[in-house]
Order: sequence, then C-alpha cells, then structure tokens
Amino acid sequence: MEAPFLLWVYLSTQPLLWLTLTVAIWVLADWLAERSGRNPLVNPVMIAIVVIAAVLLATNTPYGTYFDGAQFVYFLLGPATVAIAIPLFKNWPTVRRKALPMLAAMFAGTTVAIVSAVGIAALFGVPKDVLISLAPKSVTAAVAMSISDHLGGIPALTAVLVAITGVLGSVIVTPLMNAMGLRDYAARGFAVGVAAHGIGAARAFAVDPVAGTFAGIAMGLNAILSSLLVPVFVRLMF
Amino acid sequence: MLRALAILLVCQLVGETITRGLMLPLPGPVLGLVLLVMLLFLVERRHLVASATIDETSLGKLSNGLIAILGILFVPAGVGVIQQLGPLAQYGVALATALLVSTVLTLVVTVWVFVLVSRLVERKG
Repeated sequence: MEAPFLLWVYLSTQPLLWLTLTVAIWVLADWLAERSGRNPLVNPVMIAIVVIAAVLLATNTPYGTYFDGAQFVYFLLGPATVAIAIPLFKNWPTVRRKALPMLAAMFAGTTVAIVSAVGIAALFGVPKDVLISLAPKSVTAAVAMSISDHLGGIPALTAVLVAITGVLGSVIVTPLMNAMGLRDYAARGFAVGVAAHGIGAARAFAVDPVAGTFAGIAMGLNAILSSLLVPVFVRLMF
Repeated sequence: MLRALAILLVCQLVGETITRGLMLPLPGPVLGLVLLVMLLFLVERRHLVASATIDETSLGKLSNGLIAILGILFVPAGVGVIQQLGPLAQYGVALATALLVSTVLTLVVTVWVFVLVSRLVERKG
C-alpha cells in the first residue's frame, strides 16, 4: 500500500507525468475524432481538455503542477504560429485575390463578436469586470488576456472564455456552414478564424489547407483589430 | 530539421522583440509569421525556394508537422478552466448564452460579408 502511494507522491509532482498525460490523452482524443470521420461534435481539443481537467480535479492536482509538465507542449504554440507562413506562402495567389473580402469581413465579424457577447451577458446582469473579461473572447489567448488586463477585466477568466469560444466555434462551424449551403473554404476558414481564433484554425486545417490558411490570417487580423476596438466599445458601453 | 527549427524560432524571437519593444497590439509569433512570409518571398526571387516545392524542404516538413498537431497545443491553456469553475458556475447561464449566440452570429456575419464582397469584386473584375 505504501510503495504505490509514495510513487504517486513522487510522480504527481514531476513534469513527466503531466506531459505524458497530455500527449497520451491527446492521441486518444485524436484517434476518436479520426474514427468518427472528423465529425465536428467529436472535437479532440474539447475531449482532451475535459478528460485532463477531470483527472486533475479527481486527484486534487493544482493547475500549476500540471502546467509544469504541459508547458513543453504549450511552448510549441509560438513556432507553430510562425509555421503558418508556409501554407500562406503556398496559397498566396488565392489570399491576394481575397484581400478586400477579408478586410470587410474582418471589420464586420470582429465588431459582432465583441458587441453581441457583451450585450447578451449585460442583459443577464453580469457585473462589469466579467463583461470586460468576456469582450475579447474571440481573440487569440495572449492578446485577449492583455486586453482584459488593461481594461480592468480578469485575465485568467478571459483565457478560459477564449478556450471555450474556440471549442464552440470549432464544433459549430461545419454544420452551420453546411446548413447555409456555403462551399467556399476560404470564406469558411476566415469566419472560424475570426470567431474562434487558433482553436478554430486547428479545426480548419483538419478540414482543408486553404480553410486553415485563411483561418490563420483571420486570427492575426482579429488580434490587431480587437486590440483597437475592444477599448473603444468598452468605453461606449459603460 | 534543426535548421528549420532555428528559422521558426528566430522569426518568433524577432517578432517578440519588435512587438514588445514597440508595444504593438499583436502577438510576437504572428509578427514572426509575417516576417517569415516576407523572407520566403525574398528568397523566392533568387530562385532558392518556390511555392510549388516548399512542402518538400525541411522547413516545409517541420511547419506542416507542427500545423498538423496544432490542436494539442491549445490543451494546456484550456485545462486552466479548472481554476475558474467559481465564476463560470455563478454566471453559467449568462456566459453560455452569450458565448453560443455570439459565436454563431460572428460566424454567420463574417462568412456572409466575405462571400458578398467576393462576388462584388469578381463582378467588377
């Protein structure tokens, strides 16, 4: 009884255990998604987050301890973002042709993302600091947290709302676009990038490389525009 | 492989340095992405790289490999949800409604504007 307990006490504080759990659960979640034929409802990001969160809660493991292991995976997000340069370079002629549609869709989509989220939550009587935390929910996490912080929101809450939005957008986009009868993968990818940042881009890349490229561009554009627009809307609304 | 990794990391580092230094409202890696595209265009002019064959270079292979595992890279931050269960439960209905409706509206408006302006541009061209 004692030996396994001591082993757990040791391993549960080591990065190896939580890194292994993150990678292993992901492999399992991605296998399930693959087997479902990339059914949008079987979203591997959502499955992995829910399973790992449940394990941490069940074992009373603090998030900080988990992150000591998971940070090695998290770190790759930077280089992976730079890597989107390759599909962008490859698909440049298509991207260039869509400059005007992208610009227009970016302004419309970013505005709707901010105003609708804050407006709806305000109707429910949500307090101001939570509303501010919600405003940049469609922005990629690092920028969203900094916007929230500057305006008096709660950056940690923003990070979670950003992640939930990303998963929601990734799950909804395929059935929604199919229902609307839209087959233009550039448009679909761009929309999921504006609404659901990098997690949306991950879904878009799983469906189609052109969709993924446009989602990556949308994510970058939304980050820039939201940094300028969120403070303006927050000042107008309060 | 390591040469390719060095290219990605250097672009990220330069991007990070510029965005922090000038306090630009932009993530460092996104500026790194822009810098790498510009770099590729410069190198393309000297016929050292071409968009048709970029996938076969070590940079192309590493980049496509990273993009293929993009999903897992969001898991560590997403698990942070366990730290915010309090506010999430307290405003559960409001936040769930706001996120769901706003995400659907954003998707619909963005895609419509994109398609509409595409058609206008093509008609003119």
